[in-house]
Amino acid sequence: MSTTSASSTRNTAPTQTGDRVFSGIARTAGLAIVVALAGVFVFLAIEGIPGFFQPEQFYKGAGSFWGYVDNLIFGTVLVATIALIVAVPLAFGIALVVSHYAPKWIAGPVAYVIDLLAAVPSVVFGLWGINLFAPKMVPLYDWLHEHLGFLPFFKGPVNPVGTTLLTTGLVLAIMVLPIITAISREVFTQTPVLHEEAALALGATRWEMIRLAVFPYARSGMVSAVMLGLGRALGETMAVAMVLSGGGGISFNLITNSNPTSIAANIASQYKENTPGTLHVLIATGLVLFLITFLVNFAARWIVARNERRMSR
Amino acid sequence: MNRTSFRAALVPGAAALALSISLTACGASNESTESGSDAGSSTETGSLSGELNGAGSSAQEKAMEAWSTGFQGLNPDVTLNYNPLGSGDGRTQFIEGGTLFAGTDSYFSDDEGELSKANERCGSDVIEVPSYVSPIAVMFNLEGVDALNMDSDTIAKIFDQKITKWNDPAIADQNPDVELPDTDITTVHRQDDSGTTKNFTDYLGKASDSWSYEAEDAFPVKGGVAAEGTSGVVAAVTNGNGTIGYADESQVGDLSVVSVKVGDEYVAPSAESAAKVVAVSPAVEGRPEVDMAVDVDRTTEEAGSYPVILLSYLVACQTYPSADEADLVKGFLEYVVSDEGQQAAADNAGSAPLDADTASRAQGIVEAISAE
Repeated sequence: MSTTSASSTRNTAPTQTGDRVFSGIARTAGLAIVVALAGVFVFLAIEGIPGFFQPEQFYKGAGSFWGYVDNLIFGTVLVATIALIVAVPLAFGIALVVSHYAPKWIAGPVAYVIDLLAAVPSVVFGLWGINLFAPKMVPLYDWLHEHLGFLPFFKGPVNPVGTTLLTTGLVLAIMVLPIITAISREVFTQTPVLHEEAALALGATRWEMIRLAVFPYARSGMVSAVMLGLGRALGETMAVAMVLSGGGGISFNLITNSNPTSIAANIASQYKENTPGTLHVLIATGLVLFLITFLVNFAARWIVARNERRMSR
Repeated sequence: MNRTSFRAALVPGAAALALSISLTACGASNESTESGSDAGSSTETGSLSGELNGAGSSAQEKAMEAWSTGFQGLNPDVTLNYNPLGSGDGRTQFIEGGTLFAGTDSYFSDDEGELSKANERCGSDVIEVPSYVSPIAVMFNLEGVDALNMDSDTIAKIFDQKITKWNDPAIADQNPDVELPDTDITTVHRQDDSGTTKNFTDYLGKASDSWSYEAEDAFPVKGGVAAEGTSGVVAAVTNGNGTIGYADESQVGDLSVVSVKVGDEYVAPSAESAAKVVAVSPAVEGRPEVDMAVDVDRTTEEAGSYPVILLSYLVACQTYPSADEADLVKGFLEYVVSDEGQQAAADNAGSAPLDADTASRAQGIVEAISAE
């Protein structure tokens, strides 16, 4: 009933100049993002595809494009995963505190400080990471290596400067935290008060109320938040290039000297002394990153949509 | 009401600000013209105009900023564009005639026919003059140790991960007065491709028997910490304990540096010791008078010379089709190899000024640039 009335009002609504102008602007804006994305993709494809078939010397001893890019893909995904493992629970926690737990006079300033974090440029995070954070982490890595050295993650030898995969992942976690927090806070506060009150009236505790009323309502927004955070973590360039000590192959060793670096950081370091051949290779790695991001987003959307259908049944 | 009064206050303020900026700009340009006419008596510049395009070595970028400011100060009507594409692209663009001059870290060689092509582009032998000399320091951070002596073999083994403890006999023997701790050595190298790495590895390859890698822009040994850019290397060495790395001497800051064995003594990196090695390095064989290409003598035994340097050249033609172009290139190159130009680069980029003999020979070559 409600849908039919909505569609009929849309059809019969009187159109005026203002409506037409607005709809034109909205349509242009919507198209602009598609055109921009297509433009980037076309550029990456045209400039990058020759990069798959360059003579061997352009792949820095790796022999082929896949040999060159596989540890970059691994590094990119690994640091982004570390970042999300740390940032996601923290971000949802902060968002819940701000939206449901804390009294208003605390929630406001906390939210404000978190938003401020989003405005810090990544170079500053890089400087902070290499000069302050990384050296401070070394004692922790020594401890991890000593007590948990049997795990592949902490096999060592410990990087005495602290510029490790774990440090980089943690710096990225701090960088993606404000994005995930801000968006999930917004969707949490959108939960209809009636749902929450109904849950409480049925005798739910506050945590049960959040689990039963808030999370299901906010799920789609939470996934969006994580996806945006993941996008930033996958594509982050300067902070990774500055903090992470690269040059290594595929390995899960999180606290050592030679690590697989990320695609974006590798482009940043190699671009300065490029030749046409290496430039094609670098752009081809960019194309790979583009496809990874696309696939990850697509997969996440698909999972959410499937869950939503199951829930509504 | 409130808003109007705000605007009323703002407008005259902005006008006054704009006025004062334009006044300062006037003052500045007056000043530089004056200093231009002063220096003009010695270098015969001051009246040049037009656009001067060059490209090449990114190592020279910072020095080029200083030269560009200085040269355009002397000749306010000149626009100097330098594109730090890297040495290889710089040479290619020069050969193709896209630029009037190029900066390059390695001289033209005929291995791939580049030298002949460059001579062909110019119609006569191409000019190569050294323009930028920068000592590369091996610096370290080890608690309680301020200075160390090492020979090339020791440095090579350390960076090849063969010597892994600071109290290794190879280091201890050369530093009898220093109490060396049992700390692990962590080497720090450049993550990005760099001319500094190429020259450092060239030194290790030529001066020691323990280094089996080619001289390359990318650091060849796996292991050790990789850091982004000169400042990243300096930061990593500073933040660790037992770390050792290499960087342009001007960027080392408070870190301790290694004195390198030359002949029978140990020499610390400095402007003088770096310029000296250029002066004693042998010229590349078979080059004409206008080509000052030298093979940096990494194995020199000359007292007081420091062989771990980065040497970069400027490349130009002896003759250009138009008088305007010839005058521009001539004026610029004269400025670069002059005392003033070399000092400007030293102040801005921390390079070592050319020694007097090299500079005067270079001056003689570039003075002869003329129109066809």
